[in-house]
Amino acid sequence: MTLVLDKISRVVGGETHLHDLSLKLEPGSLNVLFGPTLAGKTSLMRVMAGLDRPSSGQVLWQGQDVTGQSVRQRNVAMVYQQFVNYPSFTVHDNIASPLKLAGLPKAEIDRKVRETAAIMHIDGLLKRLPAELSGGQQQRTAIARALVKDAGLLLLDEPLVNLDYKLREELRAEMREIFKRRRSIVVYATTEPLEALMLGGTITVLHEGRMLQTGPTVQVYHSPASLRVGQVFSDPPLNQVDGVVDGGGVLLAGTVRVPAAGHLADLPHGRYRFGVRANHLSVFRAHDDDIPVPGTVELAEISGSETFIHVHGPGIAWVVQQQGVHTLALGEPVTAWVNARRLFAFGSDGKLVAAPPRPRLGMAAE
Amino acid sequence: MARIELRGLAHSYSAHPRSPDDYALKPMQHVWEDGGAYALLGPSGCGKTTLLNIISGLLIPSEGTVLFDDRDVTRLPPQQRNIAQVFQFPVIYDTMTVFDNLAFPLRNRRVAEREVRARVDEVADMLELTADLGRRARGLTADQKQKISLGRGLVRSDVAAILFDEPLTVIDPQLKWLLRRKLKQIHDRFKLSLIYVTHDQNEALTFAQQVAVMFDGRVMQLGTPQQLFEVPAHTFVGYFIGSPGMNFLPCRFEGGAAMVDDIRIPLGRPSWTTRRTAAFRWRSASGRSIWASGRPSPTARCPPKSPWSRISATSRSSPPASAATSSRPSSTRTPPSRSSAAGSPSPPTAPGSTPTEGWWHDGEVPWITAPPTTGPGSWSYRSS
Repeated sequence: MTLVLDKISRVVGGETHLHDLSLKLEPGSLNVLFGPTLAGKTSLMRVMAGLDRPSSGQVLWQGQDVTGQSVRQRNVAMVYQQFVNYPSFTVHDNIASPLKLAGLPKAEIDRKVRETAAIMHIDGLLKRLPAELSGGQQQRTAIARALVKDAGLLLLDEPLVNLDYKLREELRAEMREIFKRRRSIVVYATTEPLEALMLGGTITVLHEGRMLQTGPTVQVYHSPASLRVGQVFSDPPLNQVDGVVDGGGVLLAGTVRVPAAGHLADLPHGRYRFGVRANHLSVFRAHDDDIPVPGTVELAEISGSETFIHVHGPGIAWVVQQQGVHTLALGEPVTAWVNARRLFAFGSDGKLVAAPPRPRLGMAAE
Repeated sequence: MARIELRGLAHSYSAHPRSPDDYALKPMQHVWEDGGAYALLGPSGCGKTTLLNIISGLLIPSEGTVLFDDRDVTRLPPQQRNIAQVFQFPVIYDTMTVFDNLAFPLRNRRVAEREVRARVDEVADMLELTADLGRRARGLTADQKQKISLGRGLVRSDVAAILFDEPLTVIDPQLKWLLRRKLKQIHDRFKLSLIYVTHDQNEALTFAQQVAVMFDGRVMQLGTPQQLFEVPAHTFVGYFIGSPGMNFLPCRFEGGAAMVDDIRIPLGRPSWTTRRTAAFRWRSASGRSIWASGRPSPTARCPPKSPWSRISATSRSSPPASAATSSRPSSTRTPPSRSSAAGSPSPPTAPGSTPTEGWWHDGEVPWITAPPTTGPGSWSYRSS
């Protein structure tokens, strides 16, 4: 069961929703479609499902052209952002519905429903109606209905986006394990970097209907091909600063001197755009070779476990991600410590020129 | 602006409440200081909107009184309470200009036109709406419309309090921080009494000086963001604040140490607060099993070096959904345990039935908390 998208484009009312996309999805693979709202994730999924026809290009299922085939003829299950369940059916009958449609014997339906409900931790709720469930349980039911079908292609379009953060946290952690046991191709659309990283697999980064980059998720995270990928695949977005490489090393924002060592050593002299992730900046000095960048606090956002400190200074508008809860007043002077080992360098065309070496496991807290 | 006092406040939607279960809000006693920025934070169904509606006058509580600066307003309708409200979705007049929309609450109260102009200009400047003042509201984006709603809430200088009900829901994520910053700036400058309802911890903790964490009709803890994170008064607060939440491990208490299975976690030299809390909880939990809890630490995946204790466990990603209709955290026997590896996007340990190991730093003082027994109303609530 392999799904191939060959040069797919889709134009709706003169507007290009998808532009010349080619992808190969292997059986048993987990594929993350990643990008901001309107990147083309849903459009692409709808083409994969057979809900929409591409304007040009081919969809191949096991080598066979299925481009014109409707969703009913395909072996597909889909989970949407909204919790879609039959309101008058119990949880049991909601999950059972695709199996009943397929005409399976009652005993087998019952066994499969219970098995799938157990995976989704809703086996204690089978007699309830959707209205008697929390949002998280409703979405668990919708996911169970998609899983029970055992379709060759399982599409999930931002399934957790409408849940509150604690429920999202719970379900997100389970997703990977649930998909791992399946032979089907799983396609999962999300706008959240953390969700993509927790799922792993292969990522395809979309922007305005175009494919920016595809590859193993963790690898793309460490080596974003362009500034745009770096920006969208970081939360908060990749911090940026203009810099010049000259005989004295790197000069950031015209004022901050940073040594051009390690992965930056071979950069030809010239202008670059440098990037650094928020979690690699600190308002405390962690290493001897950390470089101070002065600024003032624009806002300290507290996420619960971390504080996101917006630091503005000459030529910089950065966000520093700091472990723990810290109270900082608006306008307070603050120093952001940056380390040359953490800098991404992008050329004037926005393409990646140098990426920091990948951290080894166990060095994480370094 | 006013000091808001809730005296013996409780609310039941049923006419003859018989048990605590019948109460959407359990009895509470609070004084919210004049000029403070307060947030009501909790999962859906926790009672935060009920409480907000009682403060705004949309709902008359079945028990207790609401006082604004010692004046009993319990039975006064919203329009007689001198408050401003901002809702989840923009409430503005599409056919009016931005200026007229902002001026509306003032003109309604027959404020002199010269003062109207001065206030509207000031508020528009704060919210960066000056350039749009002459435009009709109709053509604006949802973000801009919600900014006007915020402006209408802020435009009167004589209100007792401004109440916000999840006001940033429709705002684009990239713009949210800008508006959070605006609200904070405005509060810093004008010392308004603000009450802000949200289910989003980021929003509550960023915005408010004092956050009331609510669950099952109760205020589980009222404190600064730092207090909630560092000194949670209850397992629910430890679970709810922070992402991921606290880890809870069942343990015994033995000679100044917490025993998790056969691993001894010394309590070290706890600070005064810690000691007090531990003692309090230990007393309340005597004869029962207790929990040791800690924050997922950024170093928890590090290679074992002394002084780390190994804790082996079956990693579970979450409590089973069947254990609770709402997100009650600890009514499961196998508590979820999580660690976080800061800065390293390596795939997380797969949850499920595979045994995994965690590392507990011996220098880390665990929280000792009483286990919540199952059933509603069983949360042990500490009022201070």
